[in-house]
Amino acid sequence: MRKEGIARKLIGYALAIVFILAGWQVTAMLVDNPALPGPAEAFPMVVQYAGDLWPAFLVSLYRVVVAMFIGTVLAIPLGLACGRSPKVDAVFAPVLYFLYPLPKVVLLPVLIVLMGLADAPKITLIAITIFFQVLVTVRDAAQSVPEQAVMSMRSLGAGRLDVYRHVIVPATLPELFTALRISSGTAVAILFFAESLAGSTGLGYFIVDAWALLAYPKMFAGIIAMAVLGVILYEIFDIAERRLTRWRRRG
Amino acid sequence: MATAESTIAGTRVPATEGAGSGASASFSVPPKLELSNVSQTYDGARGKTRALGPLSLQVAPGESVAILGPSGCGKSTSLLIACGLLKPTQGGAFVDGAIVTRPRLETGLILQDFGLMPWKTVEQNVGLGLQVRRVSKRERRERVADALARVGLSDFAKAYPAELSGGMRQRLAMARALACDIDLLLMDEPLSALDALLREEMQNMLKRTWREGGYAQVLVTHSIEEAVFLGQRVVVMTPRPGRIAFTLYNSEMQADDWRDDPLFFERCRELREVLRAGEEVLHA
Repeated sequence: MRKEGIARKLIGYALAIVFILAGWQVTAMLVDNPALPGPAEAFPMVVQYAGDLWPAFLVSLYRVVVAMFIGTVLAIPLGLACGRSPKVDAVFAPVLYFLYPLPKVVLLPVLIVLMGLADAPKITLIAITIFFQVLVTVRDAAQSVPEQAVMSMRSLGAGRLDVYRHVIVPATLPELFTALRISSGTAVAILFFAESLAGSTGLGYFIVDAWALLAYPKMFAGIIAMAVLGVILYEIFDIAERRLTRWRRRG
Repeated sequence: MATAESTIAGTRVPATEGAGSGASASFSVPPKLELSNVSQTYDGARGKTRALGPLSLQVAPGESVAILGPSGCGKSTSLLIACGLLKPTQGGAFVDGAIVTRPRLETGLILQDFGLMPWKTVEQNVGLGLQVRRVSKRERRERVADALARVGLSDFAKAYPAELSGGMRQRLAMARALACDIDLLLMDEPLSALDALLREEMQNMLKRTWREGGYAQVLVTHSIEEAVFLGQRVVVMTPRPGRIAFTLYNSEMQADDWRDDPLFFERCRELREVLRAGEEVLHA
């Protein structure tokens, strides 16, 4: 049954790729501009520039993974605390409501001034964005845990930590993973923005550098690598979600 | 008054297993559960509202008491106080003579939606109480298997609650209580989510398990038939603030085919009249 699921997924991916490539090829032919090469032209570039592309890919992957990890790990405890304790929520909720809608990307210049051009400002910027997304999601999910489940757990003699471990955390996992999957796209977007603006490493720089040199096929090699990065992140969270919330797909 | 009631309750202790009710002991058996002058007030928008009490109730070891009353009369609140999840504004709950300040393993609580954890398998759900009490894995496994066998769910140990029918979930909630070796079971409308036929089946299950288990039980319900079927004593509560308005002694509920007994219908009729009279007083 599980093998069937994987096979179906691979077929789905294959069809999607064919569909996207066809659309891309047709659009490229219609636009007929060197800035939009077709896939037949762009994909060989991935191989040709593999030597430059691979280190850039690894740097970008490192930044986005570390940033998402830091943002999530900091946000989960605070989100749980806000969701379960009205007192904690009373302190943080107003701050949260004020800061959450602000576009965090505008902080990039400040971070660059403070932290320089290397990994730190990029990781920080992505971590801040992910932090708020995860915080709000976990808080809301923790708030809506059925009270009867908590009561039952406590009636069995569970202490505060047991309630978190057996009730609150598992109940919020599905929402957490949904938030992570959605924000993985945001994370890659911010990564591109940060890398293209500062420093000389990563896929963002690779793309913008090629763009400046009018090396459009090379630029597309970078774009393809960035797309692969996004898919990898999304899949990591998708697979983790499937493993950790198996109970949801039964019944 | 309270002592008179405990004497009566004492005489009505069923001579079943585990109740420890030798004829000579029946007058001196201390209550398993005692709610003593318990009341609960809330700070509402319009000042303090009394939701419950003062309420005094004694349940003898092995006794089955049904509490009947309109919604909002504090039936559920009194159960939460009895199991130590809620501190009463006044008075106190006592189990075996000791005041209840926190949940005890041997007091089972079954709520309306059963309070099962959807993310845990059947056997994990049953073992939860033992797990949080740090009972060893081996002993846990034995007691879980035993509890599942008693409710007929052994074949579903690895299933998730979502894969079970309503009746099976009910039995799972029962197994979780049984695994903790309960001597007191508190149930808050445990059957209200089930359809009519299944309800009767589950009422039979509740009665059978109670007889075999020898624990005392308190069942909160708004179904007259359920109360008369399962309660050796049926306590009718007044609307908010809930107090005891009427007590029906119903020791004949042990009879076979009790549901078809003319006396069963007579008792239901009696309670219906009491409830109706209460409504009229309320609306007069």
